Amino acid sequence: MKAKIYVTLKPSVLDPQGKAIHHAVETIGYRGIQDVRQGKYFVVIIDDSFSREEARAQIERLARDVLANPIIEDYLVELDSDS
Amino acid sequence: MKFGVVMFPGSNCDHDTYHVISKVIGQPVDFIWHRQNSVADCDAVILPGGFSYGDYLRTGAIARFSPVMGAVKEFAARGGLVMGICNGFQILCEAGLLPGALLRNKNLKFICKHVNIRVEATDTPFTNRCQRGQVLSVPIAHGDGNYFCDPDTLAELQRENRIIFRYSDRSGNLTSEANPNGSLDNIAGICNRERNVLGMMPHPERASEQLLGSSDGRIIFYSLADTLAELAKAS
Repeated sequence: MKAKIYVTLKPSVLDPQGKAIHHAVETIGYRGIQDVRQGKYFVVIIDDSFSREEARAQIERLARDVLANPIIEDYLVELDSDS
Repeated sequence: MKFGVVMFPGSNCDHDTYHVISKVIGQPVDFIWHRQNSVADCDAVILPGGFSYGDYLRTGAIARFSPVMGAVKEFAARGGLVMGICNGFQILCEAGLLPGALLRNKNLKFICKHVNIRVEATDTPFTNRCQRGQVLSVPIAHGDGNYFCDPDTLAELQRENRIIFRYSDRSGNLTSEANPNGSLDNIAGICNRERNVLGMMPHPERASEQLLGSSDGRIIFYSLADTLAELAKAS
């Protein structure tokens, strides 16, 4: 089973990398880009012997305890059913 | 009295710190390997600067799961003195021993230069030889030193006098120009509520001999040594 985890800085946390990208994107002529936020994307393969609920619980815990720092980051977990 | 300097894979200020404690301050010191699950007979533990575990994922994020950090947590919980310098500060935050987090520098650059920091509190084992308001010239060398916490935590740090160092100009004025990395409230170092755990981004071990441009940083190691000497006398 495949899980995708997206980690992004909380909206209240300044993202200087996103700002720099936004600025560059405007400089090279893209129009109408209102904001850019940069984040991280993880792909985790979990043993098929786990039930969907077990897998989700495990991945949620992994995201909260390791992949994201809840002081500064939010995370989103997606479980892929088709793999 | 014995100091311990933790070595993580990727630590690179461990030997500098060891050198200052043994040769400049003249106190016994041992290295503590990251796989050890005890701090042995050390009375003060220093987490040195560097890039532990490559700083992959986030700075300090993987180091906090190493066996030695379990021992450091226990040691801190029973009142042991713990100081994190630079990457050590980042690890202490990730481990939850200090509040907040260190974000990417506001200007996105790795900054390596001497800065001035103002001593904000002297009632800690790390600053008891300092004067309140004293300005120390100490270098920073980091890409992620931008201290961040939520407004409630910041208010708590201020109220409890737990901001120990702030970036200032040479005269001790807290200006935004003197803040190299965008840290909230010019924060360069904080301590925990019990005041036995300190984290700071500047490197006092790189400013402990005049030959290196400043010896201002050694007062922190002398403060620690004084504290340990008093503790030994009392016991």
